[in-house]
Formats: sequence, structure tokens, C-alpha cells
Amino acid sequence: MELVIDWIKQPWPWYVAGPLLGLMVPALLLLGNKSLGISSVLRHACAACFPAKLPFFTYDWKKEMWNILFVLGIALGGWVTVTFLNNPEAIVIAASTQKDLAALGITDFQSLLPVQIFTWSNLFTAKGLIFFVMGGFLIGFGTRYAGGCTSGHAIMGLSNLQWSSLVATIFFMLGGFAMTHLLLPYIMAWVGF
Amino acid sequence: MNVKNSHTILKDKHQPLAPKEVTSENYFNLLTYLVAGILFGIILVKAEIISWFRIQEMFRLQSFHMYGVIGSAILVGMISLQLIKRLRLKSLQGEAIVPQKKAFHKGQMIGGFIFGLGWALTGACPGPLFAQIGGGYTVVLVTLLSAVAGTWVYGRLRHRLPH
Repeated sequence: MELVIDWIKQPWPWYVAGPLLGLMVPALLLLGNKSLGISSVLRHACAACFPAKLPFFTYDWKKEMWNILFVLGIALGGWVTVTFLNNPEAIVIAASTQKDLAALGITDFQSLLPVQIFTWSNLFTAKGLIFFVMGGFLIGFGTRYAGGCTSGHAIMGLSNLQWSSLVATIFFMLGGFAMTHLLLPYIMAWVGF
Repeated sequence: MNVKNSHTILKDKHQPLAPKEVTSENYFNLLTYLVAGILFGIILVKAEIISWFRIQEMFRLQSFHMYGVIGSAILVGMISLQLIKRLRLKSLQGEAIVPQKKAFHKGQMIGGFIFGLGWALTGACPGPLFAQIGGGYTVVLVTLLSAVAGTWVYGRLRHRLPH
């Protein structure tokens, strides 16, 4: 048993994690005819908390309770993992990425997220404004405009052989490349790295 | 795009309907989604998909890891869904499984690009946001609230945006 736990505690290789994530597609369909999708839950949050009489948020969000429970589960899963199945070692990322990021001012590679950015003390600074407030806004606005995110379009949509999801996935990647290679160097300098 | 077409696109899958009766069976079914979510969350953390560093590696083309994860997830999802369709498997409730197709519109390009910008900044797509928060990076709650705000602003401006 201990051996199994030790094995689980290591970071999982892509050929284990990827297929397991893919199995979530048939699992949700068989459990209740649900299409895997996570960004919709942000819409349900709007519909539940501040619909403001907007037609886009006027629907029976309680029927989408499964989606809300699913993301609560994801958060719980995150907690379970760091509490019981945590990998004691620091994350190992490509040396070339470390070098590129060091040139941008990221020098701490101990946790999954750079502690130089993701701390409460950065909230009311330029770092917080860009990485939390701006970043989150772009995610929420963009995914809803695109009609889905990496799970709804890339995994579920492509599994369902949808052309629109292929387009969406390509543009997700293009946006990410543009941010990483064109904008991030300026942003990092601007926020004080 | 003609007017008729854009109308179909803006039509919504969420139609107001009479609330369905909630039975204990429904509660049990809801619980299964919680469990599925927990498993999903564990995978996201153990494969380090929630890591800002892994997303940077991906967009810098310096590691195969994320491409392997997403690629193999799609492959397994695709094969399973085709099997479900071929074998005409039914859901636990006995319904036929025919996932809706999402129609193409310009939002998948414009919105997709905008989301990509946010993905590279935060190092997270919506699923990992929740796993990061649960995993102890509580400041990501701010990112999540901001994502809800972004969604709301989209809903507010929807009819003025190109689709």
C-alpha cells in the first residue's frame, strides 16, 4: 500500500494523466448525459448571483447544479492532493524555460506557481492587477465569448469532432503564444521584475 | 453572415423551464459529479497542469508534457465518444447520448484569442483555477472573481459584439 501511495505522490507522466482526463468525457456522458465543460460554471455564477435582467443570465441555473458540484469537486481534489498525495520535491521544469524565466526576473522555482507573483501581498500592486485581475477577466470574457475553454472546446469539443472547437483551440494557443512571446517581456518589466 | 444565421447562433441552450422535482435519486446522481470533480482535480494537480511553469513551458515549446496531456486526453475522449455512439450506449437515466454540436461563430476566434492571453498570464484555464485555490493558492480566488466579472461583462455586451 505504501508503495502505491509513494508512486501516486510522484508527478504523473503525460501518458497517465492525459488518458485519465480523456476518460472524464465518457464518464460524464454515462453518468447523466453531461458534456464536459468548466467555464460555463462562471456563467451559472452570474445567473445565480447577479443576473441583472440580462437575457444571457436569465435561465434556471439550478438545473446546472451538476456543473457547480463538479468544480467544487475540482477544488476539493486540489486540496486532497496537496494534503495527502503531495510530491515533496520541487517541480522540475525544462532548463530552457528556467533560463528564459530567469531573464524575465522569475528566480524561485520551488512551487507549482511562482511565489514571486502568486501571493496575497501582491494583490494591490501592479503584479496583482495584471496577473490576477486582468488575467482572470481575460479568462472569463474570452471563454464565454468563445463558448468554452480547454475542457469544453479542446477536450470535449474535439472528442465530438467539432470544427468550431478546432478553431477555438487554435486561437487559445495563438493567444497564449502572443502573450508569452510578445507581451510578457514588457509586462514583466512594467510590474517591476 | 446573414441575419437568420446569427439568430440561430445567439439562440441559447438555456431555456426557462418548470423546475424538475428533486428526488433522493437526483441527490445521489449529483454526488457522483462531485466525486468525478475530485478525481479531475487530483489529476490536474498530479500532472502539474495547474502549474504556471508548465504553461510557460508549453507556450515556449520547451516541453512535450502539456501537449502530451492534452493530446492523449483528446484521443481517449474521441475514441470513447465514438464507441458510445457506435454501441448506442445510454446514460444511467436511460437517455440516448447525443452531445450537442457547437456552431461556428467569430467568437471562437476573438474570444479564443482573448482567453489565450489570460491563460498564459495566469497559468490556468478555468478547471485549474479551482484546483489551484483548493491546492492552497488562495489568492487565485481573486482571479476567479475577476473571471466571473469578465463573464458578466460578456453577457452585458453580447449583442454588440461580432458573432
